[in-house]
Amino acid sequence: MSEHTYDYVILGNSTAAIAAMEAIREKDAQGSMAIVSDQMAHCYCSPLITYVLCGKVPEERLNYRPRDVYRQLQVTTYLGRAATRLDPAAHTVTLADGVELRYGKLLLATGGTPIVPDLPGVDLQGVFTFTRYEDMARVREFINSHKVRQAVVVGAGMIGVKVAEAFATLGLETTVVELRDRVLALALDETGSEMAEQALEDHRVRVITSSAVTSLGGSNGLVQSVTLDSGSRLPAQVVVMAVGVRPNIKLAQQAGLGVNRGVLVDDHLRTSDPYIYAAGDVAEAYDPLTGEPRPLAIWPAAYLQGEIAGRNMAGTDVTYEGSIAMNSIQVCGLPTISVGLVEPPGRAEVLEYRSADGKSYRRMFLVNDRIVGAVFVGDVDRAGIITGLIRSQMDVSSFKEKLIQRDLGLLSLPKQYRKHIVMGPGIEV
Amino acid sequence: MPLTTVHPQFIIKRDMDLCIQCGVCTRQCSYDAQKIDPEDGRVSSDPRTCVGCQRCVTLCPTGALVVTERELHGRSHPNWSLQVQRAIHRQAESGGMLLTGMGTDKNYRIYWDNLVLNASQVTNPSIDPLREPMELRTFLGAKPERVEFDDEGNPVSQAGPLLTLDTPIMFSAMSYGSISFNACYSLARAAKNAGTYFNTGEGGLHRDLYEYADHAIVQVASGRFGVTPQYLDAAAAVEIKIGQGAKPGIGGHLPGEKVSAEISATRMIPEGSDAISPAPHHDIYSIEDLKQLIYALKEATNYSKPVSVKIAAVNYVVPIAVGAVRAGADIVAMDGTRGGSGATPTVIRDNVGIPIEFALAAVDSRLRQEGIRHQASLVVAGGFRNSADIAKAIALGADAVYIGTSALIALGCHMCQSCYTGKCTWGICTQDPYLTKRLNPEIGTRSLTNLLRAWSLEIKEMLGGMGMNSIDSLRGNREMLRGIGLTTEELEILEVAPVGR
Amino acid sequence: MKRVYAKEEVCIGCRLCEIYCIFQHSGHHTLVKAFLDQENLPEPAVRVEEDGAMSFALQCRHCDDAPCVAACIAGAMTRDPHTGAIKHDEERCVGCWSCVMVCPFGAIRMDNEKGKVGSKCDLCEGKGIPACVAHCPNEALIYE
Repeated sequence: MSEHTYDYVILGNSTAAIAAMEAIREKDAQGSMAIVSDQMAHCYCSPLITYVLCGKVPEERLNYRPRDVYRQLQVTTYLGRAATRLDPAAHTVTLADGVELRYGKLLLATGGTPIVPDLPGVDLQGVFTFTRYEDMARVREFINSHKVRQAVVVGAGMIGVKVAEAFATLGLETTVVELRDRVLALALDETGSEMAEQALEDHRVRVITSSAVTSLGGSNGLVQSVTLDSGSRLPAQVVVMAVGVRPNIKLAQQAGLGVNRGVLVDDHLRTSDPYIYAAGDVAEAYDPLTGEPRPLAIWPAAYLQGEIAGRNMAGTDVTYEGSIAMNSIQVCGLPTISVGLVEPPGRAEVLEYRSADGKSYRRMFLVNDRIVGAVFVGDVDRAGIITGLIRSQMDVSSFKEKLIQRDLGLLSLPKQYRKHIVMGPGIEV
Repeated sequence: MPLTTVHPQFIIKRDMDLCIQCGVCTRQCSYDAQKIDPEDGRVSSDPRTCVGCQRCVTLCPTGALVVTERELHGRSHPNWSLQVQRAIHRQAESGGMLLTGMGTDKNYRIYWDNLVLNASQVTNPSIDPLREPMELRTFLGAKPERVEFDDEGNPVSQAGPLLTLDTPIMFSAMSYGSISFNACYSLARAAKNAGTYFNTGEGGLHRDLYEYADHAIVQVASGRFGVTPQYLDAAAAVEIKIGQGAKPGIGGHLPGEKVSAEISATRMIPEGSDAISPAPHHDIYSIEDLKQLIYALKEATNYSKPVSVKIAAVNYVVPIAVGAVRAGADIVAMDGTRGGSGATPTVIRDNVGIPIEFALAAVDSRLRQEGIRHQASLVVAGGFRNSADIAKAIALGADAVYIGTSALIALGCHMCQSCYTGKCTWGICTQDPYLTKRLNPEIGTRSLTNLLRAWSLEIKEMLGGMGMNSIDSLRGNREMLRGIGLTTEELEILEVAPVGR
Repeated sequence: MKRVYAKEEVCIGCRLCEIYCIFQHSGHHTLVKAFLDQENLPEPAVRVEEDGAMSFALQCRHCDDAPCVAACIAGAMTRDPHTGAIKHDEERCVGCWSCVMVCPFGAIRMDNEKGKVGSKCDLCEGKGIPACVAHCPNEALIYE
């Protein structure tokens, strides 16, 4: 037996991994456990790196769990060492430095990798992706050491918008370029996107939509400009590519596990190998609203999957009911929340509310008297009540008119549902 | 509002150093006496509509409120007291009868306070109820004239159907309708807990209370509301209601707005219709008629449960009570002039009927004289305030007592006497769902159970002091009473010796 | 774990729970002083919802599988491993409203001025019976 033998090995060190680690420890106080990550950092809140970049959150608050969490939970860490090879038959995983870990059960929580489009000039200095602490540290260092006045962010998804906001906060003249005709197109509906775009512009972020980047220009190896398909050239001394993230399936593929866009898992978050689980952005799990598996790169789903995978790994039989897509994004101070489908399937009934001052907006999509999607902009107070109704797929016909009211409360809901949640023990899995 | 000569009855004092403008008082007041001023959003008071219920005072988290009765304004006059003047002003404005709730607030003498109990000294040792068993168990109903035994020494005498009480205290008739469901529910559950009985009044038995029907005395009153075979079958005893101490000779009237769906179903009358109990039973014009109803109910219940007749204590209470016994009543319940009501004309409440002390003493004596005391139990009602009143009543000849008002006080009543408004801020005497919630039946049950327990403990203590270990030893034992400050005639009627003799 | 449960049948809508919650978290020694200090008056973590005769008080349910803990991107929502209570660390909160998005009770209130979660029930930090329960005049809140 090698000294690197563990009952549980977790590949990854972000939310899914941490949730799994905690869940395993809750059920199994004795089992040996290791965490492997290609990053050096202690587990940290990756969505907060844009906040750290612009100084809104001090770096010391980036850690997701207390500094001594691994010691507390008796977990051995292999940080800064990527897993390079997985052998399901031998129950081993090999790290970049050649160390071989033997596992009882393994969790793949390796997340995703940002997509870098194959564009001329993409290798220039000053061009970054922005999903990890190291990315943020490099961008910050680059901005501080170079005379950066102008920035271009390619992609107006969640990451792109938050990076653009951070750049503008730092005083950079910032432009965000989006291929689609609106910002946050995956997270919001058209009106929501419009309001978010307005918020970006109010924050002095220039938004260019329906435009593709054709090349990046530079001199002395440093990026200087971004050229769009319209022919216009945007001067930029720093460029962030934020066009999407792809699940890290290489290891799984090499090990012969079932994969699609992500690593395929069953309702216990098990991969095609019974000793290997997957959770978080790397996995492709069931979406209860569409009834199909799809990768869902959102934080709450990653946590939940990690937690359930962890429990199953520790021997408790827990079924994963699926997660619905949801995003809460503060766009330059404008709260936006979307849950479920934001582009309703045909025949959907639409409920809409807009406050007199135009600052708040709520929209819901109903199919067969069940809410399948909702968008909130501005006033998002108590939006979770709607999330609960979407999750439970409750028939809302008896109180439909109350759904978009500003004072929607639990009192508006049918007594049985209300009683269950007021008197119940909270959320059960 | 046109000029009114009816002056506010209460003063609302708010200590502004303590008021935190939390608005609890405004949310609790159902009489609009505490309100949020829409102009500045601050709390403000209007004493004109205040009934002095003390709800706001009780709930105020900082003790900033005091509500007191307004003292006589203007020049005082012994004949034309403030109360008298107010009544005239109100009637001059309304042209109607004055209504009120609860028992009379007129200052009649409370004779219990002129009677004292005995205690043992030296010659017959007192008993410590903490160390020795003490029996409060009471049986109500017809008993055999004498106890006879067969050759082997087994008793052969048969008693009629009996109610068994673990303590000689029952809850008076209070109908669902006059009081809220939560109040009824609390009474029912406390009766079960304490091993005693509650009384449905003439409101029927709500379907959710059938669970407690073995602790229910169900009334058959002049309106016959809610009387069904199941109702009679489920009950522990049936009571024919002839009269009530707060309104002898008067019927009842539950206004239609209180007749909710639930009350309508329980009383078996259309929703929203007035529930009018006629003053008399239209089929009872004589003792013989009463006997017919008594036996009709005995037949209907297969002679399996005692039948009680409840009358108000009035001038001729003695022949009426004796008549009821001769007509076959197993229990005669008498309600004295201090008995309560949810709504009664003030003039009746305050001027009709006699104190229960005299009615009880006189009826018990007459039944003994006629040799029929064993044929029925006597239950008395009408203003029992504490365990001493009850012990004295038992010594005067009662088998058990009914308590109504003291039970309501245990439930939170503060005696504002505004029951008839239907806006009881304590959630007792109202059907408004916003208000009825205020009486949590869990708390209500606990409070009533506690009250019965506390009084039972005290009765045991008094019994032990008299050297008795059973309530039966006190029953009708007027030697244990002495009168103080009473006239010879009063003592004679009470058949109680004066103190010192 | 012990939680606060609301019994809507007997909630009388007096809002004393809110008042005592404010007092408890005000840092003052008397209720009157707490309310005199209007500028620093905390938001109540328990709220009464009311519509006519219906009302109940609602605060964080401290769910077994708290979605807010799962959703919090800042590590500000955590479960206390000893008491099981869900704790909110205001210092860490960045106001992303992910918790607001997932709480099916709508029990997490936003403080838009601070840009952070405004108030969240802390079960009075395990100091015995929570203030809202202790001061409910009608036992409409129970802690068990």
